This record gives sequence, structure tokens and C-alpha cells, in this order.
Amino acid sequence: MSQRARSLLIFMLSLAVTYPAAARPLDRSKPPSAGPPAKLDLPAIQKLVLSNGIRVLFIERHKVPLVQVAVVVRAGAAADPRGKAGLANLTAEMLDRGAGGRSALELSDAVDHLGADLSAGAGWDQTLVGLNVPAQRLAEALPILADVVRRPAFPAEELERVRKELLTELLQWRDEPRALIRVAFARALYGEDPYGRVTEGSEQAVRGMTRADLQGFHASYFEPGNVTLVAAGDVTAQVLQGKLEEAFGSWSGSTVRPAPVPASLQPRGRSVWLVDLPEAAQSEIRIGRVGPPRQTPDYFPLVVANTLLGGSFTSRLNQNLREQHGYTYGAGSVFDFRLSTGPFFAAAAVQTDKTAPALSEFFKELEGIRRPVPEDELARARNYVALRYPAGFETVGELAAKLEEKVLFELPDDYFTTYMDRVAKVTAADLARVTAQWIDPGSVVVVVVGDRKKIEAGIKALNLGPVKLLTADDILGRPGPKSRVQSPK
Amino acid sequence: MRSSHRLLAWVFVEAGLLLAAGGAFGQEARKLEVPYTQFSLPNGLNVILHEDHTVPMVCVDVWYYVGSAREKPGRTGFAHLFEHIMFEGSKNVKEGEFDRLLESAGGDNNGSTAEDRTDYWQNVPSNSLELALFLESDRMGHLLDVMSPARVNQQRDVVKNERRQTFENQPYGMASIKLSEALFSPNHPYHWPVIGSMEDLSAAGYEDVVQFFKTYYGPNNASLVVAGDIDPRQARRLVEKWFADVPKGTRVDPIAAPPAALAEEKRLTLEDRVQLPRLYMAWITPPHLQPGDEALDILAGVLASGKNSRLYKRLVYELQVAQDVSAVQQSQMLASTFLITATAREGHGLTEIESLIQQEIDRVKTAPPAAREVERAVNQFEASFYRAMEHVGGFGGKADQLNAYQYQAGRPDYYNEDRARYLALDTSDILSAARRYLPDDARVILSVVPAGKTDLAARAPSEKGKQP
Repeated sequence: MSQRARSLLIFMLSLAVTYPAAARPLDRSKPPSAGPPAKLDLPAIQKLVLSNGIRVLFIERHKVPLVQVAVVVRAGAAADPRGKAGLANLTAEMLDRGAGGRSALELSDAVDHLGADLSAGAGWDQTLVGLNVPAQRLAEALPILADVVRRPAFPAEELERVRKELLTELLQWRDEPRALIRVAFARALYGEDPYGRVTEGSEQAVRGMTRADLQGFHASYFEPGNVTLVAAGDVTAQVLQGKLEEAFGSWSGSTVRPAPVPASLQPRGRSVWLVDLPEAAQSEIRIGRVGPPRQTPDYFPLVVANTLLGGSFTSRLNQNLREQHGYTYGAGSVFDFRLSTGPFFAAAAVQTDKTAPALSEFFKELEGIRRPVPEDELARARNYVALRYPAGFETVGELAAKLEEKVLFELPDDYFTTYMDRVAKVTAADLARVTAQWIDPGSVVVVVVGDRKKIEAGIKALNLGPVKLLTADDILGRPGPKSRVQSPK
Repeated sequence: MRSSHRLLAWVFVEAGLLLAAGGAFGQEARKLEVPYTQFSLPNGLNVILHEDHTVPMVCVDVWYYVGSAREKPGRTGFAHLFEHIMFEGSKNVKEGEFDRLLESAGGDNNGSTAEDRTDYWQNVPSNSLELALFLESDRMGHLLDVMSPARVNQQRDVVKNERRQTFENQPYGMASIKLSEALFSPNHPYHWPVIGSMEDLSAAGYEDVVQFFKTYYGPNNASLVVAGDIDPRQARRLVEKWFADVPKGTRVDPIAAPPAALAEEKRLTLEDRVQLPRLYMAWITPPHLQPGDEALDILAGVLASGKNSRLYKRLVYELQVAQDVSAVQQSQMLASTFLITATAREGHGLTEIESLIQQEIDRVKTAPPAAREVERAVNQFEASFYRAMEHVGGFGGKADQLNAYQYQAGRPDYYNEDRARYLALDTSDILSAARRYLPDDARVILSVVPAGKTDLAARAPSEKGKQP
């Protein structure tokens, strides 16, 4: 805090010198100091309730004639039944392929003609159906949003179309190092636990999905008691409430919350999965373990710790692997926070002949972050996270996304306004505590996707742990029978 | 790294008035304005200031009027390598301090290089505007004082990894490089890719950095936008304070490039580590803002934007022979490229895909599209203008867009004229554009096929009988 007061004083002095200046030669030897940082001046979050009890969170913003509305359904891929991995995703993909008496093409034509953008997608813990629309077209667009959320028809012919599209996408993952490592890393870390899948599921599960499965998922979870609406933009609360009431107020039904995902166990020791991608110019690397749920009391220390380790350009991983060694275009790390224990991982794509040295540097930094952190480095990470925070409330899409986060993780009402202060209070002792608990390089899975014949010996020589050799088929399954992917003759 | 900066942001002077105006798209042209002030410094630096107090953030955005089109033979990729070096420190900013100072202030930054220009932006909380101006002016005025071969070597390795990550290790990643080579003759500056070749990146050295900086990075070949939560009077004083001592550079003459034109249909095949074949059909089209450019934007929408667009509906939705299809007018200053891309589904080859696309091209050359098709494309386009208007900073933010207009149209507030181009179109313009700019006998057809499966490549109609 004394630091802030001092910089304020310097700022006032520099203003006094600056204004009449010009004649004197400019002193460039020191960077100019900043004034006091701005507080987050967020318009109030308005809370509305529809007649059937659906809650609405709304931020009014009249700068640009756009409105964003999102339907947050509290059920996502974590609710996929065993053997039906990808059901939430496929259900979301199918919502706008026929609904409320209109066909897929008719819905698309209506949305495009309004200049609107309608999207649906399943995450781990939620399905989001979002609408971005010019304000003067909101009244015409909302009934379409309500139709796709409340009255999807899941036409059999459209399901076959979407299935084929999805199966082709899964086939294309064999070409994409980043897709391969995403699937391999989830499996290596979580095994048969729910987070051991990816939200898109698997080829086998997608082939087996039926129209009844989709109808069942929709009937179970797309219920008013499971839904919150969020909105932001160029409309008044009164007008919005009226239009939402027309679109969603008559919706009734019971509530079935999906079962929570149990916490996963940490990896025992270290192990390596090497997935062969012959002729790859780079090796994709992911090193990680299980992280805490989003609601952890250590959220803010973890965000600051990760910023310092791999969450910013000046972070240790990026400085080491990119700026110091030139092994990669960029290296970083992330806590992928979910309702349950999502992963933490460090990652980069490194040139093939530097795979083993790069892995060594990763481990140096994962060890290093557990040692006491210099105060100036900690201050930079705190400032980076806190001071740019207000800039993230610029667009209606960003405002709605913040409200979605609040709904999903049940964040308190003062969450946004106290965010900067809570980041500023993170201490070196907090960092030591959370990194000791959550970043243990002795208990990680290491996944590498690259050209095995060029990198296997180097990786084995590092003695990181047992090395399992795999192929793309091991990760994605053998490609299915051709006839089932081809179009009907 | 390459961004086309097509869409422009508008600020409504008075949002309430506009809401009252209401009405349907395309039926009326609402008066839109970006309030700005513009002035030049004695060293030739053009400066544009724009106020927007939505969030307490300021963007400092600089365009240098140089890109890969200015590169010399044997030094492809140099403009982009140079862009990387600009972040590595200058006389009063130690190596690494550029990012450390900005992050300590809560700021972000980036840059990009294209054929025609290089841009740099810093987004900072508004209390750190002066820091951003200090950093920007120090590298504009005092970069070479601390330049060394070691700095060049280090970023060379990073850029080579950028090339590996973005091109060599990406499925279909080499296609754009092949297309440029085939579309533009070796003496045209769009012939080589912005990323450059590995050999040329290896060859670039310290002397090249010195020469390039002295030739192209003077304030007289640049434009600075300061936009966001500013007091324009104070911002002007600070700009004058930090940029006045930057020495004027040498004059940069307009680029001399031969006309871009194709005299024939060229067919190429590229084998790649991919599961499915992908077809690229490319034409050379009118430059950005020149007549025809806007009709081709809308034609691209009619062909491939949304489920009801002609190519999507036919290839993906009805016949289900393609996984995806896209069409885009990639507008640039010397010449644009109109590009259609489609990925075949398993069991389908590119001869079949090409023939279906050709049928749709023939159809769009035969009769004008329906009014509804054009309206859909124009309405989507207009809505995207609103969306672009929400961001002040970063790639494609308002600061970047003001600089784009300044460079491409000669003044920052060209948006009403730009938009008028689209609102003036009728269905016959789309027909004329298709007829005039998408000839069958002057284009490039590139097949990217799985290694060893050249039989899946698109064969010209005359060749078809030759294959079993």
C-alpha cells in the first residue's frame, strides 16, 4: 500500500513538470510513473424474476445498439451417462436444427436475416445458448432463442447430418497435434473418471447415440428450475423483463440437478505417455495434475501463482522456453477450473530436436515455483491480474460472460467489485502454501505428441518415469467402418 | 500474424437518437461518427486521438507503412522478424523490460505483420498512458542504440518455431504459402509469404535490422492512434512530449509492383499429413476499397455464409459430400484474393467437389441472386460493424481501425463511405462481379491430399477421361 501512495506523489510531481515543459531536453532515463489506478466502475447487476421463477441477471449498457442474452442450463458433459460420452455436446449441437415448428434451414435463415448470432455449446458443468443481436431486432430474435431452448424437435434426419459432421471432425483430430494431446492428456490424468473424456465424447459413443438419448437429456435438464438467464446491453430492464416473460414465462417443469462429479485423485508418481505423430515438426507437451474446484478458497492465490508461472508473457515458462532458449513460439500454464477437480497443466509446442531439453526446463520451472518468490515478481503478477480487470467489462458479450461465470459458480454479489482488492492481498506466504499443495512435479502425468523415432531416446534418458508408447489409434480408437461415415447412396 | 482489417468500428455520437431512429437494416443509412482529432508532429508523425470512456483503458496503436511486400530477395520473412525484435528493448528500455513494465501496470501488448503494413498496440489502464507513450516512442526513436546480433538470433529461433507451429505442424498449413506462390508472379511482392522461408530467416542478420529500421521505421512512415479513456488535450501534450525528439526518417517512395494478373488456370497438388482432401480455388480480384471489392464481399456471403448459402446448402447440407466450405474476399492494397475452400468427406474426391462448386459458380454467373440472399449477407455484415465497434484496443479494435482507414483511404473517418459501398449494392451487382472477377480460365486450383493419394486431387474436365 505504501507503494501506491508513493507512485501517486510522483505522478502529481510529474504532471507539474510536464505541462509547462517542452523546452527542457526530455529525460528518458526512467519510465514515467502511473497515477492511481481506476476502480472498477461496473453498472449495477439487476436481478429480475419471471413469473415461473426463472432468475435473470442483467447489466444495462447503452453504448452500442447490441444485446446479448444467454440461457445458462446447469447441465453439461459431466452429466453424460456412462457409455454416452458426448451426449450433452450433441444435444447442444442439435438445438437449432429444427425447433418450434421451423426447420434447421428456416431457423438459420431467420437468424442470419436479423443480423443475429445464435450459438449453443456444452461445457463440463453447463450448456450455454447465446444470442447476440442488434437491439432493434431483439423482439424478433428472442422467440427463436426460446424455441431452440424449449422446443427442439431433434429431427432424425438432422441427427444423422450432425452425427456425420461430428464423426468427420473426430477423424480430423488425427491430423491435429493439439487435439490429440487434449484427448490423451485427459485420459492419462483422469483414466475412467468423468473428466477422463473430452466433452465431444468418442467415436464409438457418438455412433451409438439415439434421438431418444437427446430427448431424454433435454427433458431431464432443460427445465426452468435448472436455468438462469443472463443479459447485457442496449435495452432497459422493464422492456427486457416483458420480452423475456413472453418468451420464457410460460415454461414449467420439475428440476433434476446432475449429480456432482466426485473429486479425482492425484497421479501416483510420474509417468509419461508418448503419442507417435510421424514427421511432426514440433512436439506438443502437456505436464499436469489434478487441480482444485473453482470454489476453492485458494482461487486468488492460485490465479496469481499461475500468472507468474505461465499465465502471462513475462511468466517464467514463457521467458525460459521462448525468450531464453527459443525452443517454442510460446509456453504457458493454466488451471482449468470446473465445478469439480479440473486439471492444472503446463504446455508448449517445441521444435522436435529440443523436446528433451524443453522437458527439463519445464521441470526446472515447476520445481522453482515452489521456492520463495521475489517480491517484485509477485507484485508484477498481482498488478497484471488486478489492474487490467476493469478492461474486461467492455463488450456486451464480455458482460454476459461474467454473469454466466457468476451463475455457474454461484459467486457472491460483491465478487466483481472486490476482485481487485482480493488479488492485491495475495502474499508470498499464500503462494508458497498453494504451490506446495497443487504444483508437485513429483506427481504429474507427462504427455508428448511428436515424432517418436526422433524423440523417444531423449525422453527416456530424462528418467521421468515409466514411458508408455502409443499411437493416434490408441488415443482416438481405430477409425470406424468406412461405409458408416459415407453418405447414403 | 496476418490480419486483413476489413471491418470498421463506428461510434454513435448519440445512442438515444439512433435508438429512436430504429428501422430495418438496409432501409436507411443512420449517420454514424467516430469523433477524433488529428494532427502531425514536425517529424512527420501522424497522430489521431479518440475518446471512449466505457472502461478505464487506453490503447496506443502504431502502424508502420511497411510489410513483407517491401522485402528484398533472399530476405523473405524479415518484416515479421523485425516486428519481433521491436519488443526486445530500446535505448532506455532494457531487454525484457518492455513487457515487465507493461504487465506491472496491468497492460497487454502485441503486434502483427502483413503484406502491406505492420501494427503494434499496447492496451493499458488509463493511468498508465504515459508509460505506453514512453515505451512506444523509445523504440520508434532509439531502437538501434542497443541492437545486437544476439537479439536477432534469439528472435530468429522464436520465429522459426512460429512457422513450425502455424504452418508446418498444422494440417493444410502449407496451402496458403503454395497459393500465394501460384497466384502472384515471382516479381510481385505478394508472391512470398509473410512468415518467410526458413533459409531466408537463417540468412537475416544484424545489418539487415539496421537498414530496415533506417529505411522504414521513421515517424514520417507511421501513424499513431491514442484511443479510449483519455482527455484529448492531455493526451496531445503527452504525445508531443514523448515523440517530438524522434528524428525524422528518410522519405519512403510508393511501392513499385507489377500488375497482378493470371493468364491461365493453374492446377497444383500438395501432399500433406491429412485424413481428408481439401480443395482451394483462388482468383486475383480488385484491391481493398476499389470497385468490385464490396460486391465480392457480399458474393462470398451468398456463396458460403450460413446454412442457406449456396455452397453450404448444396455440398454440406444436401449432398453431404463436404465437411466444410468457405468463401472470402481477402482484401489487400495491391491486389485481393477471392478464395473458396472445401474439405471433402471420406469417400469423396476433389474432382467431384470442384465440379459441384463449379456448377454453383456457373449459376451465380447466370442470374442475379434473390433479394433475400443479398439482404442476409448485408445484414450480417452490418451487424458485424456494430460488434467491431465495442472494442477500443487490440487487433481489430477502434484504435486499429482508425489507423487502417488512415492508411487505406487517406483519412480515419472513411466509415460512412465504406458502408455506403455495401448499402448501394443490388442483386445485379453481385451477378456482374461473379461474371467479371471469377473467370474459369484465370485462377489457381490447389488440391491438398493425404500423402500417397494424388488420385483424390481435382482433375481438369479435359483430364477426367484419362483416369481409370
